[in-house]
This record gives sequence, C-alpha cells and structure tokens, in this order.
Amino acid sequence: MTKAKVYHDGAVSGARRAVDAFLSILLTALSLIWIYPVVLILLNSLKAETAISTTSVFELPTSETFVGLDNYIHGVTQMNFLSSFGYSVVITVTSVLLIILCCSMCAWYITRVNTLPSRLMYLLCAFSMVVPFQMVMFTLSKTADSLSLNTPFNICIIYLGFGAGLAVFMFTGFMKSVPLAIEEAAMIDGCNPLQIFFRVVFPILKPTAISTAILETMWVWNDYLLPTLVLDIKKYRTIPMAIQYFRGSYGRVEMGPMMACIMITVIPIIIMYLACQKYIIEGVVAGAVKG
Amino acid sequence: MEKAIRKYWPAFLLPTLAAFIIGFIWPFVWGLYLSFHKFTTVSKTTFVGLSNYVKVFEDPTFVSAFWFTAKFTVVSTILINIIAFLLALALTRGLRGTNVYRTVFFLPNLIGGIVLGYIWQILLNGILTNLGLPLLALDARYGFWGLIILMCWQQIGYMMIIYIAGLQNVPGDLLEAASIDGATSLQTLIKVKLPMVMPSITICTFLTLTNSFKLFDQNLALTGGEPAKASQMLALNIYDTFYARSGPQWKGIGQAKSVVFCLLVIVIALVQLHFTRRKEVQQ
Repeated sequence: MTKAKVYHDGAVSGARRAVDAFLSILLTALSLIWIYPVVLILLNSLKAETAISTTSVFELPTSETFVGLDNYIHGVTQMNFLSSFGYSVVITVTSVLLIILCCSMCAWYITRVNTLPSRLMYLLCAFSMVVPFQMVMFTLSKTADSLSLNTPFNICIIYLGFGAGLAVFMFTGFMKSVPLAIEEAAMIDGCNPLQIFFRVVFPILKPTAISTAILETMWVWNDYLLPTLVLDIKKYRTIPMAIQYFRGSYGRVEMGPMMACIMITVIPIIIMYLACQKYIIEGVVAGAVKG
Repeated sequence: MEKAIRKYWPAFLLPTLAAFIIGFIWPFVWGLYLSFHKFTTVSKTTFVGLSNYVKVFEDPTFVSAFWFTAKFTVVSTILINIIAFLLALALTRGLRGTNVYRTVFFLPNLIGGIVLGYIWQILLNGILTNLGLPLLALDARYGFWGLIILMCWQQIGYMMIIYIAGLQNVPGDLLEAASIDGATSLQTLIKVKLPMVMPSITICTFLTLTNSFKLFDQNLALTGGEPAKASQMLALNIYDTFYARSGPQWKGIGQAKSVVFCLLVIVIALVQLHFTRRKEVQQ
C-alpha cells in the first residue's frame, strides 16, 4: 500500500533501522492501547452482574464470575435489540439508496444546466454542510410531524433533505471532470436525458457513489439526535436510541446486559469494516478531497 | 443538450429540491423566524424582538458552555492534528505491519458517539475509582479531559488517513532533490513535506474544529453535562434549553441560542479556511 521510498546511503541505513525498530514497538504498544477499551467491554460483558463494579472493572473473568452469553441473551431481550437492529437497517438502507439516487441525478443536472436555480442549489448545499443540526432540530421535528414523515419507513425523506449537501457536493466535484463528449454522443444516438443518465453517466459515477454511500452510511447508522426527535421513541428505537434509552431508564442500570448490548452493536461494525476496509478508507479520502 | 436536460427537471432536480426544502431550507428559515418570538407551541407565537437574544447572553449556563466548548475545541484540534500527523509520518515509512496499524487506529471512527461515550465512561470511571479520585460525573475537570481522550481516540484515525493520502501525494522527485541537496530528514519534513500537505492540513483542521465545536452525542453519553451542567457543551446546552426546561420563555431562547451557535460555527469555518488556504502552495 505505502509508496514510501527510501533515499539514503549505507551509513544512514543503520540509524534508520534503529528508528524503524523503535517506531514498530511504539506503534504496537499504541495499537494495543487503541483496542483495549473494546476488549475491556468484551471481557466485562462475560462477567456476572454481581462481579461488575467500577473497582473490579479491570479484573479478568474467573471461573466463578464467568457467565458465558447470559448477559447477551438478557440484554437482547430486555433492550428489544432485534427490532432496533431492524429499524436501523431499514432507515440506513432506504436513506442511503435514496440519497445516492436523487443526489447523483441532482448533481448531474446542476453541473450540466448552468442556470441561476442550479447555482443557487449548489451554494445552498455547500452552506447546509456547515450549519449545525441544533439550528434546525426543533423546527425540523415539527415539520416532520406535520408531514407525517415520522416512521422508520419514510424518515429517509428527512435524511435526503439533511444529507443532500455532502452528497451533491461530492457528486458535482467529480462530475466536473467527466467529459461532455460521451453524453453528447449518446444524445445523438437518440437517448433521452434519463437514458443518458442511467446508461452512461451513472456507471462512470460508481466510485464516487460508493464513497458517498460509505460516508452517508457512517452518519445515518450512528445518528442519534435526528431519529430521537423525529421518531416516536415508544414505538421505534434505532440502536443508538435503544442504548441511550436503556442507559437513561430509571432504576439501577444493569451493567452486564448493557455491556453485552454495546458489544453486539460494535461487533457487526467491526466485521463490516474488516470486510470493506478498502472502500471505507478510499471513501474517507475521497470525501476529504472533495470537501 | 442543456435544453433537453432542462426539460427533465422534475425528474432530476425536484426530488432532491423538495426534500432539501423540507429537511433544511424551511426548518432553517422557520427557526430564524421563531428566534424572535416567544412560544410554547408553534401555533401561538408572540413577537418579542431581540429579547430572546439578550436573554441568551444573560444565561450563565450558555456562557460557561461557550467557554467549555472553546477550550475543548482548541485543545482537541491541536492534539488530534499533531498526533494524527506524526502517526501518518510513521506509517508512510514502509514499516512492516503498516496496514494492521492503520486498520486499528481507524476503527473507533466507525463506532457511534453514544456507544463511544459509554465505553469510555466505564473505562475512565474504573481508572478514577482505582486511583481513589471522584467519578467523571462529579468533577468537570475530569469530564473535560475524558472528552478530550475520547475525541482523540475517535478522530485521530480519520485524520491520519487523510494525512497519509496527502503524504503519499508528495512527488518523489521533490524528496529526491532535497536528499541530493543534502537536506536532513527534519529539513525535508519542514521545507518540503509540510508545505506540500497543506491542503490536508486545511481539511483536517476544518473537520476537527467543526466536529469538536458541534460535539453532542459524546458529551451526552460520557458526562451528560454533569456535575450541574459544568461539563455541558454548546450543542447539549441548546438541547437542554429546548427539552429539559419548563417555562414559556425557554423555547424561544433555545432557538435564539441555536442561531448564535450557527453563526459561531460559520465564522469559525470561514476564518479557518481563510488562514490555512493562504498557506497552500500550487503543486
């Protein structure tokens, strides 16, 4: 992956090797520290409720305190985790698909049609990326309520509206470098704009679409405040809402099931990450270059 | 061709535009309007002029949240960018295991703010208790540094990725020329690499500044603003004003606070872009 080239003569390479060895040790230690918090939660999620306290949190599970997956079973049923997982999946998938489809079309339109509304739309999208959510949270939740956009099945329209900024920005950034000639050829061959877009333009946009999809997925999947304000918390809870609700409910919080729930939230993320690491990292870099 | 596309605007432009109006433009304009009004329900509002804005600055919790946020933003921006840049330098030397390190450092970024907050609350409270110190929720100083640690853990990997991409784009012939001219590695770093990765620095400072300033989830989950709102940041303070205080005046004040908050974010973003963009060189 790394393209680092070494420019040195023989005398320097000894010193360089020493530095490299030192760095390797340092980075390994740092990596272990980096994953420790997750390992700590994993270990504690396997302990009996009575064995978990702030003083004993660093002790490893022993044969007496080890309870296997009890906390997981307890946590999943108590938190109603499966339905939360389902809602999170539905919201994320519909929102991201809708954002990719609509924003790529919109971005193509505003790069190819140079009129005042196009330019205005582009500026507003850029502006919306800076505005903090708190600015619109109250009025947005009221608007969503009055339009009945408050279920997991149509909240994607809200996400399209609030997430359009980044997506339009990324697509237009890429679109500017796509030559017009191919599209003009398609037009001469008798394609209408819709056919041109789906048969010619969208395939070219695919890498940007993947990057954008990843950035938007990271946002929607982990988003807490927007669904909390828009959805009815008694009926629908996404995973972040369920964790916060579980934690904030009255009475003593059971730490074991709580940590088990954290783990079952984190594990799918880690698996997804290891599976599509290449795309995720490319997506982050692409997003940074365009932003 | 432009004319043909323009005829299809209901298909291309309308869906995004409609959602954008519902999800952003209308709430934004309505929010501005409400910030000059007193209301408990949005159907009954009375115009009060600038009085909400005056009350924003008379509210001691807002002022203290502002200073907490400002300090947090400065410290976290500096720490995250320096550490991320050093890691990126270490990971572009072609060490064995570079990919593994990169994978590990980036990982926390994918975990949501609420979950991150709880993970660190458990870990930090464990450390504090074993040292015989008060819990996170009892001392705002620990809350502050707890948030800094959490933010570093989450964001360093992301910024590191951007810096790595920047460093890999430094042309090899420039580095070669520097080494032929007898530059030490420190000189190469300061005179060649730093100016060449200035665009990455611009982006990373922009992202860390705005992320830190707008922080909400992590603040809510790690300290919840405890003790007595002393570790509350601006975003949480606004949320608290809207939804946790009773009294007919608070919603209007909350909306005025949001407008002030929004202006602050815009000013910070513009000032920062202005200063770092000036330092960028043409490649």
